[in-house]
Amino acid sequence: MIRIGLMLVFFICCSTGGEIAMTHGMKQVGEPGSFRVKALLRFAWTAMRNGWVWFAIPLLAASFYSLLILLSWAPLSVVIPASAFNYVVGTFGAKYLLKEQVSVKRWMGVVMVCIGVTLVLLTGQG
Amino acid sequence: MVLLMVVCANLGDLMLKRGMLQIGAVQISGPGIWHALLATIQNGTIWLGILFLIGFTFCYMTAVSWADYSYVMPAGAFGYAVQTMLAVVILHESVNAQRWVGVVLIVAGVLLVGQTHPSTTETKVLEEPEAVSP
Repeated sequence: MIRIGLMLVFFICCSTGGEIAMTHGMKQVGEPGSFRVKALLRFAWTAMRNGWVWFAIPLLAASFYSLLILLSWAPLSVVIPASAFNYVVGTFGAKYLLKEQVSVKRWMGVVMVCIGVTLVLLTGQG
Repeated sequence: MVLLMVVCANLGDLMLKRGMLQIGAVQISGPGIWHALLATIQNGTIWLGILFLIGFTFCYMTAVSWADYSYVMPAGAFGYAVQTMLAVVILHESVNAQRWVGVVLIVAGVLLVGQTHPSTTETKVLEEPEAVSP
């Protein structure tokens, strides 16, 4: 139970950290000017030269591998619902790192996800 | 497209779980993690799961390019409930009432989290370089 909780925290940190770093990097890169091949190649080249994108890639790889480890330890009906905790960490990251505005409704959703994940994790390995 | 997206996501996770059941519990040690890494790379079911997840990403990107995010997102939220149901039916996992209550709260919470304005910050647009006149 404790090792599942710890691995879940590691998975969430890597996954949310990776997504936030990727979002930050892609906001610096900007949208492609058009959907022509030349513009898309230029967009990909700009993204590949962004440090935040390269910071995100190993984090996202680690998050996928930690998901596989979690799946080897716990039932699918625990791991997948518990992975929704991503939304909680993601909302805090969006608010304090990316300076996005977060509505009261969204905070209410975060609280419900927290309670739901706690209930799912408390049911343990069964 | 949204239906295909949900099917791909659920089948992807199911295949990953099946693959990890074949490999067994990963031991947290240098050799244990290395052995598990090699086993996952050589496992066809894991690769099938990855293919389904790539399919999910493609369907998701297509769906949000055709429809509003607020239309596509609830499908992802209900995916948690569908996945739990599939775990019971296909993998024969036992899910008690407490876990179901938790899943319902998660679905409701994710739906609320998704009901937010899609963009609260400004995004820049990459300008194409102007053609140089001869």
